[in-house]
Amino acid sequence: MASEAAAERRSVGHKLADLFHGRERLQVGALLAGPVGWLVIGYLGSLALLLVAAFWSVDPLSGLTEKSFTLENFEALWNEPVYKDIAWRTVRTALLVTITDAVIAFPIAFYMAKIASRRGKALLVIGILLPLWSSYLVKVYAWRTLLSANGAINWALEPIGLHGPGYGTTAVWLVFSYLWLPYMILPIYAGLERIPNSLISASEDLGASPFTTFRRVILPLAFPAVVAGSIFTFSLTLGDYITPRLVSNEQFLGNVIFSNISNNQPFAAALALVPVVVMIAYLLVARRLGAFEHV
Amino acid sequence: MRRRDGNPARTAWLVVAGLVVFMLALAGCGGGSDDTTGGSSSEELQKVGKGEGEVSLISWAGYVEPEWSKPFEQKTGCKVNNKEAGTSDEMVELMKTGQYDGVSASGNASARLVAADLVAPVNVDLVPNYETVFADLKDQPYNTFDGVNYGIPHGRGANLLMWNSNGVKPAPKSWAVTMDPKEAAKYKGKISQYDDPMSIAEAAVYLKTHEPDLGIENPYALDEEQFNAAVKLLEEQQPYVGEYWSEAAKQISGFANEDNVVGTTWQYQYFALKEEGAPVAASPASQGFLPEEGATGWSDTWMLAKDAKHPNCMYEWMNWIIEPKVNAEVAEYFGEAPAQELACKETANKNFCAEYHAEEPEFWERVYYWETPLADCGTGDGECMDYNDWVKAWTTIKG
Repeated sequence: MASEAAAERRSVGHKLADLFHGRERLQVGALLAGPVGWLVIGYLGSLALLLVAAFWSVDPLSGLTEKSFTLENFEALWNEPVYKDIAWRTVRTALLVTITDAVIAFPIAFYMAKIASRRGKALLVIGILLPLWSSYLVKVYAWRTLLSANGAINWALEPIGLHGPGYGTTAVWLVFSYLWLPYMILPIYAGLERIPNSLISASEDLGASPFTTFRRVILPLAFPAVVAGSIFTFSLTLGDYITPRLVSNEQFLGNVIFSNISNNQPFAAALALVPVVVMIAYLLVARRLGAFEHV
Repeated sequence: MRRRDGNPARTAWLVVAGLVVFMLALAGCGGGSDDTTGGSSSEELQKVGKGEGEVSLISWAGYVEPEWSKPFEQKTGCKVNNKEAGTSDEMVELMKTGQYDGVSASGNASARLVAADLVAPVNVDLVPNYETVFADLKDQPYNTFDGVNYGIPHGRGANLLMWNSNGVKPAPKSWAVTMDPKEAAKYKGKISQYDDPMSIAEAAVYLKTHEPDLGIENPYALDEEQFNAAVKLLEEQQPYVGEYWSEAAKQISGFANEDNVVGTTWQYQYFALKEEGAPVAASPASQGFLPEEGATGWSDTWMLAKDAKHPNCMYEWMNWIIEPKVNAEVAEYFGEAPAQELACKETANKNFCAEYHAEEPEFWERVYYWETPLADCGTGDGECMDYNDWVKAWTTIKG
């Protein structure tokens, strides 16, 4: 009996093998069914639900969702100036943080990729990755303490008669720039590493000044990497709500979504579509700029 | 140059678009079928049976602590799984998951829980200790709906006005210090305000005394004019606010570092700061611990989830938490007035109930317990601003 069952099983295996043999499409299909299914159901599915929920409304008393089509969430979004202010504040901060990080990250990444010794490079990589080993919350709370009226920043600036920024817009910008810097450095570093040194030498041999070499050779080749890094810094800032809450009084999109999610999910869904739309626009621009061409 | 002919990209977009349409269709189909819940509220339990071996609770931090949950487990055999929630909104959200047996709901959650059909009526006859609960906590609008009891009172307290005794002189006697723009301007950037729509009620309590023309009766039942006046007051306050706090830890660090010097607080933060040795003060006993206008406050109720998997253990828990000795322990640990009359004899600090005015109904008349703002506030339908309006206004106030 046992051997018969084994034979049976083997023959199922054989049948399967026969089925797949020589059918390339079927092979690929079976291989991708899992990941693609996950992508469609788990990922796009939740996005689609979000989109649908944004057109629902909520019963004011019970907080239960009423599943009938309405545009009132979007009308409220559009008519209340406060939401435009908040959306613009969020996008503006995300852009500022992205630019700041790009400006800081480029020289560091260039030094790592082209100048530093093997050892120096390893040390720098560790140094950049080190903050990622500690919890996000610990870092934000550390900044909260640093920026406090009696905190280390004011203490250090006091002898020269200056004041720290305190809590507020500047604090948010500072903390975000700190938090996401590694996500900008690493892609730029990877991008710069791939530029052959010979190209730089060739540019010099042909008489280009260092500045021209940077402008005409290095920057165009590294630019897609900068854009790739900027996708991280931009999208991470766009979605964060803890940092603004801890180091300022300002509301970002995430904060408003959070404060609406338990009593008015449809409205929260409509709000959540704002960063989605912004991000799509951003990615389209990034594609224009060639961020995905050399990947 | 294959990159430029655009075909692969177009195919990819088509695939994505197709999938999105497919998912939308799915979501649309799902929409119609699952809104049949609600309606039939489950019958009250008639007899507490044998415990189910565990109970899952949602509670305010400090309500379920090993000091009294371990003895409960030993006595009843019900293992306690506790989930702490930071806000009433979070509690409602957690209850919607249907994974919990009960919740220590404040008044700004209880009506929503009942309306959403997430909680079941509680048969108070099955909770022997209910009999000696303070009379002024029984059958209140935040725990009894249409004459049906929906929970067991746990304890109550007021939201205090706290200030830094070095930075704020003379000691404020009124909420004007944070609510009157002229006074608040003196502490620009150093005011600490609770980050919750319930702050609108705090402004309404202030207006009730200072602008009697508005005719505010209940700070949670505001018509449009009263509501707008309260919102306007908070909008004027906004530039002076140093910090809107929602986590107790945030406010504690704000006062400890002296970034904030005056604002609304809970007993919990006040005593935690005192313990740290921070120079904080709150309205003294001579003022009844409250600013002259009175204050907002809370009265919490243990509620039973509608589809509780462990209803017997939950009944055991509701009886346990108002057991005189246990209720005294919780009240002293948390810093609130106990709900159980007999608890006052069991407190470690013999003056505790006097300090917290547990036995003085006239004190509690000055405290406006959190309620869920409803459109129908008794004077006709749709006259008052509902909780959604409150949430939206709170976003606008913070800007």
